[in-house]
Amino acid sequence: MADIGNLTGNPPSAPLETRALRLRNFWSDYRKSWIAVLALVVIIVMVVASFGAPWLVPQDPYDLAQLDWGDAFLQPGETGSGGYVHLLGTDNVGRDMLSAILYGLRTSFLIGISAGVLALTLGISIGLTAAYFGGRIEALLMRIVDLQLSMPAILLALVVAAMLGQGVGQIVLALVVAQYAYFARTTHGAASVERRKDYIEAARSTPLPTRRILFKHLLPNVLPPLIVVATVQVASAISLEATLSFLGVGLPLTEPSLGSLISNGFKYIHAGRSWLSIYPGVFLMITVVAINLVGDQVRTVIDPRNSR
Amino acid sequence: MVGYLVGRLLQAAVVVFVMSVIVFVGVYAIGNPIDVMIDPGASQEIRENLIRQYGFDQPLWRQYFTFVGNVFQGDLGRSMVYNISVTSLVFSRLPATLELVMVSVCIATVIGIPAGMYAGYKPGSIAAKAIMALSVLGFSVPTFWIGMLLIMGFAVNLGWLPSGGRGEIGQFLWFQTSLATGDGWAHVLMPAINLSLFKMGLMIRLTRAGMVEAMGAEYVRFARAQGLPDRQIVFGHILRNISIPIITVFGLELGSTLAFAVVTETVFNWPGVGKLIIDSILQLDRPVMVSYLVMVVLLFVMINLAVDLIYARLDPRIRLKGGA
Repeated sequence: MADIGNLTGNPPSAPLETRALRLRNFWSDYRKSWIAVLALVVIIVMVVASFGAPWLVPQDPYDLAQLDWGDAFLQPGETGSGGYVHLLGTDNVGRDMLSAILYGLRTSFLIGISAGVLALTLGISIGLTAAYFGGRIEALLMRIVDLQLSMPAILLALVVAAMLGQGVGQIVLALVVAQYAYFARTTHGAASVERRKDYIEAARSTPLPTRRILFKHLLPNVLPPLIVVATVQVASAISLEATLSFLGVGLPLTEPSLGSLISNGFKYIHAGRSWLSIYPGVFLMITVVAINLVGDQVRTVIDPRNSR
Repeated sequence: MVGYLVGRLLQAAVVVFVMSVIVFVGVYAIGNPIDVMIDPGASQEIRENLIRQYGFDQPLWRQYFTFVGNVFQGDLGRSMVYNISVTSLVFSRLPATLELVMVSVCIATVIGIPAGMYAGYKPGSIAAKAIMALSVLGFSVPTFWIGMLLIMGFAVNLGWLPSGGRGEIGQFLWFQTSLATGDGWAHVLMPAINLSLFKMGLMIRLTRAGMVEAMGAEYVRFARAQGLPDRQIVFGHILRNISIPIITVFGLELGSTLAFAVVTETVFNWPGVGKLIIDSILQLDRPVMVSYLVMVVLLFVMINLAVDLIYARLDPRIRLKGGA
């Protein structure tokens, strides 16, 4: 969170006071919506709880030695053979659901964030290249991006995931393929506008290397809209991953993720064991909605049309 | 215009070619279908015969050209799992998907447009805020989980609706459709609602944005000054003006509904093409995967082409720039 001042659009070379000031301004605008503040708190709690899961929950749900088949299908609130209460019940192999959900949430966050960061990097590179060099490169790159944007992300991710097979790395790659186009389009849109401005002309007339102009002058000014896209895309990556795991091409149950937990629970909904799929789903929904709410508020705050 | 058209057609052909190569090579990389198809106890001779029969002993590029040659003769290959031709397999599943998509688009329109209009007409009201909150939920909560909740609520707990599958199929005019029977409607209702939620969210947002913009527009103020009743302004003037962009976006989104149907069809065990592609991926049914994906690419390229041409028709600036 430390360099959120950066995110609001001032170039990194700005003096420190200005950056701190902008950060304060950003925050005072942001907190006008109590729902967005609540959403931010929820996300922080979720992140802390999921990454601190090994110290918080009684069981490592994926260490088979800690599972007891005798504990299978305990209702939420029942006490198992381990002597502790299973707050959210247990699944078909006696796995504590609360532990499994927090571990799964950690995987979901890791996948969502790494896919988001990689897609952002790739998208920025493609968008900036296209906008800066123009001509045929621009036409070709943006044509590909547009074509990809016309296809639904879920279908692209599904196909790539099916081709690559199961596993965390494969899923991240599938999500990057499905999502980079959104970043490329946004970067290209903002950078084409910035490119025609005087400061870029001025920088280009100096002997500065192209790389420096791109990353030190152009990039900081196209960042604000990208931040909003990035927030929304992390949420959508998390929910895409869950969907893929549910469809059976994502993560296997041996690697915890919210999607594979829900998918496993889906088998038992007719048997009256609805807690197996409801609780992981509730965590998934809260996480995704909270990230979207934060993204919405960031959009409102940094939109120049709303500035005082 | 002719130059533009030719340029666009060529581009579309290149895209289809490149995508078909990527799909073919990509699908080829997934597992070995022979291991799935043949009983492990089968003799070496049977194995080799089958490998030769399916052409797996050929180099990849030759397999690709055989595939393309067959496609041009209208032969998409045979499913390894069902052992019938892929064309008839897909066409036997298509009506189910089209039914589902149609009903869900109708639900999204009938609820989404009035809700969006109201939210734009009275933006500050509590009802408008509730509508917008619901549209955020429709956008962000994963489809498959909502589908599961629907099944839990209406099928498992209340027992009002069946939890999956397609209902009884009846005859309506010339069509065999499950929409002709009450049982069919009971089956299609939940999946259609599930599939419509995302569209509905989109519809609400589009309509609301158009409505808000129109409310401040000159022609609306003029109509107000004339003393026209609000009802007439909204339904006579505004609706007509905002309907064109809504219809455009909605037409484009129809293609992606087919893709979303993959998820809904899996949750509700609906026997459409979406379920078919998931099953073929899980069962390594290569010919079905390749054909389905190439068809989808073709569909999206055609949609893109149609949009480009319509825009070119409407906007002379694009047309006159030539084939760029």
